[in-house]
Amino acid sequence: MSAVVATVEPGIHSLSRGFSTFLYRRSTFYLLLLLLPPLLWLGTVYLGSLFALLLQSFYAIDEFTATVVPQLTLETYRQLISHPANVDIILRTLAMAVAVTLACAVIAFPVANYMARYAGPRMKAFFYVGVMLPMWTSYLVKVYAWRLILAKQGILNWGLSAVGLDGLLEAALATPVVGGPSLASSYLGMFIVFVYMWLPFMILPLAAALERVPQSLIQASADLGARPRQTFWGVVLPLALPGLAAGSVFTFSLTLGDYIIPSVVGAPGYFIGMMVYQQQGTAGNIPLAAAFSVVPIVLIAIYLMLAKRMGAFDAL
Amino acid sequence: MPAAIEFQHVARQFGTLRAVDDVNLTIGSGEFFALLGPSGSGKTTCLRLIAGFEQPSAGKILLNGGDVTGVPPYDRNVNTVFQDYALFPHMSVAENVAYGLRVRGAPAAARRTRAAEMLALVQLENFGDRSPAQLSGGQKQRVALARALINRPAVLLLDEPLGALDLKLREAMQIELKNLQRQLKITFVYVTHDQGEALSMADRVAVFDRGHIEQLDTPRGLYMRPHTAFVARFVGGANVIEGELARRLTGDTRSFAIRPELMSFLSATSALADGMISCEGTVIDVLYHGATSRWQVRTEDGSVLALARPELGAQSDSPVVGGKVRIVWPREQMVMLAGS
Amino acid sequence: MRYRDWNSASTGQKLAAFAGLAFMHFPVFIIILYAFTTEDRTYEFPPPGLTLHWFKVAFARDDIWAALKVSLTVASAATLLALLLGTLAAFALVRSRFFGKDALTLLFILPIALPGIITGIALLSAIKLANLTPGYWTIVAGHATFCIVIVYNNVIARLRRLPKNWVEASMDLGADGLQTFRHVVLPQIATALLAGGMLAFALSFDEIIVTLFTAGHERTLPIWFFNELFRPRERPITNVVAVVVIAVTLVPILLAYYLTRPKEFGAK
Repeated sequence: MSAVVATVEPGIHSLSRGFSTFLYRRSTFYLLLLLLPPLLWLGTVYLGSLFALLLQSFYAIDEFTATVVPQLTLETYRQLISHPANVDIILRTLAMAVAVTLACAVIAFPVANYMARYAGPRMKAFFYVGVMLPMWTSYLVKVYAWRLILAKQGILNWGLSAVGLDGLLEAALATPVVGGPSLASSYLGMFIVFVYMWLPFMILPLAAALERVPQSLIQASADLGARPRQTFWGVVLPLALPGLAAGSVFTFSLTLGDYIIPSVVGAPGYFIGMMVYQQQGTAGNIPLAAAFSVVPIVLIAIYLMLAKRMGAFDAL
Repeated sequence: MPAAIEFQHVARQFGTLRAVDDVNLTIGSGEFFALLGPSGSGKTTCLRLIAGFEQPSAGKILLNGGDVTGVPPYDRNVNTVFQDYALFPHMSVAENVAYGLRVRGAPAAARRTRAAEMLALVQLENFGDRSPAQLSGGQKQRVALARALINRPAVLLLDEPLGALDLKLREAMQIELKNLQRQLKITFVYVTHDQGEALSMADRVAVFDRGHIEQLDTPRGLYMRPHTAFVARFVGGANVIEGELARRLTGDTRSFAIRPELMSFLSATSALADGMISCEGTVIDVLYHGATSRWQVRTEDGSVLALARPELGAQSDSPVVGGKVRIVWPREQMVMLAGS
Repeated sequence: MRYRDWNSASTGQKLAAFAGLAFMHFPVFIIILYAFTTEDRTYEFPPPGLTLHWFKVAFARDDIWAALKVSLTVASAATLLALLLGTLAAFALVRSRFFGKDALTLLFILPIALPGIITGIALLSAIKLANLTPGYWTIVAGHATFCIVIVYNNVIARLRRLPKNWVEASMDLGADGLQTFRHVVLPQIATALLAGGMLAFALSFDEIIVTLFTAGHERTLPIWFFNELFRPRERPITNVVAVVVIAVTLVPILLAYYLTRPKEFGAK
């Protein structure tokens, strides 16, 4: 009669079968075996680093020896908050982040709207690839490209001259604070580059959210007598808000922490990221760099809480 | 000779839910055994316990006399035909069928011949090179069958295999499966929620409700002599009369069941024969089923009784909807039910 | 009032959408154009002439090849690490339920969710605290850390679509866990592994923000590029390198997309 345990051809990797059965019986051991390597790695390398960052921010640099004194102190934070120049930096970065977020929302909307609600299947795929490609193109190449474009002899100047709008450009550059000697060294130019860089990050979550707006709601609104504009403001926009919130998380936090764009394209004023980079580099003042970088962490955490209320996490 | 499968006080719990609750059964070798019940009754869980995809929370399962607690599915001499067939899409039909031999180390030539044999057994001889995506539902089902049989298991488990097929195909497959089982003499354990299927195919049936077995019996036994109201209703669609109405009609407080086809109409004027019980009511609906018709009659106390009658040509005395009728049945045909 | 079909966009809307898309692409085209310009000192537009001369010069530069080699090897090492750790994590989390699972998922996403500068300065803080010197392996470590989530996302998405009873069917037929993995699971996740690996490679190859903190004296190609940004003399060569970078990363990105193309672009 047939046996309880099925017969297996002799010699068929009995060792691996035994190991398999061992893991099969002990599912928690199996789970731990799988989870431990990535967990250990991320725990030590990443969480450990974050902890080190926090720790460093509570150290201070000895002014005479220019070395880090491993003693807990609030001195570095005091330096951070008390110098008006430092506060300036923080406010400047915050203002740029907010401005970029708003501009991205405005520009991304038509693209996302078309992509999500009007494009046919092939057009939709085309747009999807069209948004994804610039997103994945090298960050540095993109920044460099804008340096070329915004330069005095670059294509933007040439283009505006060709249509006779160079007066407009001069007026824009003459604006206090925002303007500058050329687009490549003004906050206006920096603003344009930021908006360009983070646009795909706003478009994708927004398109996803817009796609989830049921067509039936829009039809119901029209059926009840609303004009297209009213339907947009009353039905589509409120429902797309979580997508906007999700996208804004990216644009906000990416702008807040960036240090390369302000140093390549922009006015002399410092941004948080630049301070962090500079302090750890030439000045060797890692505690101050760490303290500076805690600011965006706190700001982003606050923003995340606000965004969560607007439903951003469901739209991610 | 030990039984093919034995459950001893088997229970399976998921958190607070007792999917299987103190189940005991014995399935003999070569039997066609059905697990019948509504969804959520625990029948599929029992099947999975036999296969080894779940482990019991309590009790023991014996296969061929041996305790299989902790034995993984690949070490049990049991094979399964899944409800959605679970064919591997990246392998051809022949590769799917030969899989069981491949993972046990059989050489390629032997695998090829055996796979061809199995495909011939299920009448799919020339389908070996096709991919599963190119098959119809019925064909996929047969490939799944061939795949499960290639290891010559002692027990074949079938999890509602005919559910996705249309009626004609389903009936044809039922006959084929029954013949296959007789031919191969393998123990079949068949899960279904369709009592017609269970009654027509199985040697014995276990009726499940909410995790435990209500009754384990031959099909005829279940139909003619249900033990509980649940079995009476679920398996045979019988009328269950309980409570006040039962007491009034029989003088006995126990519930009882009476088959719709054993009831008949009696005109108000005719006398009641000996040994017959009668009940008054109003016809609320008539359902025409071609060979039979089924009347729904509401009694004075609100219960609805079903009465079935063969359609034997024009009958002038058929009651109409809304009409008052008198139903009668032989006392001896009533089946007394245990409380459940 | 003219009747408008609600299901199609107005010309204005279409124009705005395509304009937005064009805006996102035109800088890259400009860079490619500039790689062929004859002018070597200014950013003059339109370019006075077109030539392949700069390509020849760039290919003769040893420092570019050295930086390229570093980038390629770092990306390969980081990708392998990320493939291993990301796949393990995906298998662990796909159908398990345990206390703290959500926190764990957040931990995987954090390296890519927090701005690069924070990851960069955090890694540097840790390196300094541990008295290590930043160099080749710290770059690899940094890259692997945020590439893990790329692989993890791809693999777990594919694993979730794998019907559970395929594994059961395989085991039922006699295959143990390892055999089932080899014969049934692996063929199904192969494309996800490939896609995740290629995206991770592209991400690592391009990376500058965190790398600047962890590189020490090593130079990856993006670092080389970053240094050149402030040196106007060598501009055309920089453009050539930019074109090469675009080409090298374009291929894996497109391939990864085609491998994991979402099927919901079917009829609406």
